[in-house]
Amino acid sequence: MIAIIDYGMGNVTSVSNAFAYLGFETVLTHEPHVLDSCPALVLPGVGAFGSAVEELQHKGLFDYLNQRRKKDSFLLGICLGLQLLFDRSEEDPHSRGLTYFSDTLKRFSPGLKVPHMGWNRVYAGNDPLFEGIPRGSHFYFAHSFYAPPAVREECLLASCKYGVDFAAAVKLGNAYGVQFHPEKSGEIGLRMLLNFGRMVENAAYTGH
Amino acid sequence: MLARRIVPCLDVKEGRVVKGVKFVDLKDAGDPVELADFYNKEGADELVFLDITASHEQRETMVEVARRTAREVFIPFTVGGGIGTIDQIRNILKAGADKISLNTAAVENTDLIREGARIFGSQCIVIAIDARWNEQMEDWEVYTHGGRKGTGISALTWAARVESFGAGEILLTSMDADGGRDGYDIPLTRAISEKVSIPVIASGGAGKMEDFSRVLTEGKADAALAASVFHYRHFSIREVKEYLQQQGVEVRL
Repeated sequence: MIAIIDYGMGNVTSVSNAFAYLGFETVLTHEPHVLDSCPALVLPGVGAFGSAVEELQHKGLFDYLNQRRKKDSFLLGICLGLQLLFDRSEEDPHSRGLTYFSDTLKRFSPGLKVPHMGWNRVYAGNDPLFEGIPRGSHFYFAHSFYAPPAVREECLLASCKYGVDFAAAVKLGNAYGVQFHPEKSGEIGLRMLLNFGRMVENAAYTGH
Repeated sequence: MLARRIVPCLDVKEGRVVKGVKFVDLKDAGDPVELADFYNKEGADELVFLDITASHEQRETMVEVARRTAREVFIPFTVGGGIGTIDQIRNILKAGADKISLNTAAVENTDLIREGARIFGSQCIVIAIDARWNEQMEDWEVYTHGGRKGTGISALTWAARVESFGAGEILLTSMDADGGRDGYDIPLTRAISEKVSIPVIASGGAGKMEDFSRVLTEGKADAALAASVFHYRHFSIREVKEYLQQQGVEVRL
């Protein structure tokens, strides 16, 4: 069972629809005891960094996620969910994220159309999350702030270019973050979610 | 590089696609979900559903269309037409739509743009602008109520304002070009696109494949929307995208 973390930030319907389409069971919840029973968590989200941090704290999820991190469970942050794995964002300089990565998210520079909205090419390294997905495949993005590619080298999983190079996917242990929306990226996106679901299943099977 | 988007638009009335769609290979070409899936498989980058249902009571049908689409089609889609309250926006987004578009209601109540962007994020708030050249104004004028009512507002001024209110995208329809199949309105599209720093979807006038390439290059549009050329199978979405690629326009193929 994959838990989709429900903390009131944006559209979770599409994420659960995509997993359901692929045949994975999901539960939408913010209850710690339900989250505890799931080997994998998905942290979705659209909206502002600061409000998301507040909502997570308000629901006790911020502390929960910090605790859960010690177990190195599978986690997939999508869009704002990736951004929350970072320390800070120029969007709300006073809020602190989950700080898997110490970098600060930046706003795309003036002169570019913002939000960065639409399909862009993603160049991923070798990782089970991107198995079967050709380098340079298009994924769907909708965001105004980006993670710099200066993330610790071993953690930068995929990059993308929009005026600047930025991190399209990051990884630390079993925690993944993707800036694009796999649930809205057609066949390629579904493949990525399938890869994630299989990783979780395989780990459960081998008693990970 | 960010790809330019090709966006088919489906007019939906009481849950059914209208405007003579010619699809022999679909079981039910009147079903918006089946048609959405067809366009998805053909390479559409995004979809727009325009609800032209007249009565208020029938509006729930569009929420149901959004819900069914989101279960089967995994590309972004926008729902527009007759949306006028935060609750309506919430219902459509909750059903699984990625964006909603506001037209008349945004002109009449700009707080709806601000509130919508604050609650749901700018990326879900599309402002649809219907514009027509006005000789006296020497400017493009914004029309509301499905193009029936002139507002006296300059489209350029309005575009800049909706951006400042937090709109994430502009869906720009040229009423002069719409229905003519003589090409998109390049001067209008370019003027708006240069005025704002949010993405602009050009609409109205698509007839030939060259029209797409012109509006995406000279017109500086980020995306091009069309309805009848796709519905009547003048060419397929894939053909347009292959053509664009040959012309050096970045597309997702």
